[in-house]
Amino acid sequence: MSSPPSAATRPLICELKGSGFTFTVLKIFDADIARLGAEVARRIDQAPEFFRGASVIVDVQAVAKDAWHLPELITMLRDLELVPIAIRGAGSAREDEVRAMGLGILGESRAPAIEAKPEVVEKPATARLVTEPVRSGQQIYAKGDLIVVGAVSHGAELLAEGNIHVYGPLRGRALAGLRDNRSARIFCRSLEAELISIAGYYRLAEDLEPAQRGHPVQIHLDGENLHVLPL
Amino acid sequence: MARIIVVTSGKGGVGKTTTSAAFGTGLALRGFKTAVVDFDVGLRNLDLIMGVERRVVYDFVNVIHGEATLGQALIRDKRLPNLSILAASQTRDKDALTQDGVGRVLEELSREFDYIICDSPAGIEKGAHLAMYFADDAIVVTNPEVSSVRDSDRVLGLLASKTRRAERQEAKVNEHLIITRYAPKRVSKGEMLSLQDVQEILSIPLLGVIPESPSVLQCSNAGTPVILEDKSEAGQAYGDTVARYLGESRSLRFVEEEKGFLRRLFGG
Repeated sequence: MSSPPSAATRPLICELKGSGFTFTVLKIFDADIARLGAEVARRIDQAPEFFRGASVIVDVQAVAKDAWHLPELITMLRDLELVPIAIRGAGSAREDEVRAMGLGILGESRAPAIEAKPEVVEKPATARLVTEPVRSGQQIYAKGDLIVVGAVSHGAELLAEGNIHVYGPLRGRALAGLRDNRSARIFCRSLEAELISIAGYYRLAEDLEPAQRGHPVQIHLDGENLHVLPL
Repeated sequence: MARIIVVTSGKGGVGKTTTSAAFGTGLALRGFKTAVVDFDVGLRNLDLIMGVERRVVYDFVNVIHGEATLGQALIRDKRLPNLSILAASQTRDKDALTQDGVGRVLEELSREFDYIICDSPAGIEKGAHLAMYFADDAIVVTNPEVSSVRDSDRVLGLLASKTRRAERQEAKVNEHLIITRYAPKRVSKGEMLSLQDVQEILSIPLLGVIPESPSVLQCSNAGTPVILEDKSEAGQAYGDTVARYLGESRSLRFVEEEKGFLRRLFGG
């Protein structure tokens, strides 16, 4: 065998790369083509632009292994201008049939409960409640709101993707609305903070109104300005 | 089982070793078998303040490394037979301490003593960490000034997260505050934080306030724990502090400005 030409001299003809795509999965719970066709058509009508020519993967796990009729199913989808590209959960007995139709085969999904609804609804993060004082050097992160019952010392740092509420004196740093949540607010009983920030817009202690020091306030973001309002 | 008390502060020079010596001596005066352990490896001071520096043969590090037994290294106080001192090594550094080793020594001490006082080094690094790790109670020593208070606050955060009790999610370490070098006159002039200010920031129970007193330095130099000086205000204040720790109720003394002769005469 001759040695392969080096990569530098050989013209690039093709490349194999792994890549991830988002596909619409059509999960069927009923094998009756007439009922199924009507329901799919109704859903497409809600967003025709989105579905026109869309590639779909048909998930047949939820119906009996021999209940679905492959050629009818594919014809129905193509009539609706969808492009079926693979069948998921066909079962080993019917894989040859699927392959003969020129479709791909995907394994069974491991989490059928989530696959049942394609749009993933993120569970809202609950508020994090801190009942101990937050000491200097401590950092507390909350994915939602953060509620601190006691004092937040100088040199302590509160980070929250949602709102921050502090019932003791706020002497450390409070950064609310991380991940660009511009509607987040900071509420505190006594504003003595070193730094306050919402969605990355911040103010240092020396930029705060001296008259508001030690008073109950709420802080919100208006455009690019942090507003400190008395409570 | 002994109760393990760490005396800690974060900042240096606030009176941790003075407090460890006074507190340990105070507990021994009350009849408890007490050991005071110096964790400040490399900057050994406790033995000086307790007046046993000439009797140190083996130290804490020797015991950890198995070069001496605990019995050989413990120095018994000449004034109080139920008080013992375990000195730190002066020639080593904090890396000579290991968590396993410290745990083993404290466990062995626990079998013999009622109270073990761990005199923490300043800072929040290894020595300080190991001094607090096994503690049941913590005495946080603070001077009435902002940097000391902030460092104590940091240490309180570590006590809540970096101790064995915290890691095992047991009952948290009991936190006690001692304010040292308190000068009521300077507080009223606004040169010093008041004890209310300090308490407000740290929000832990106040165990005692030790007034600024020349006797503290004199006692340190003489190698006598200040609590043994009956006439010293600082000594009396440490006595009150130990009593409060043991559950007795004592009102705070030496926290108001002493009235001058004329003002005492005419009231005011």
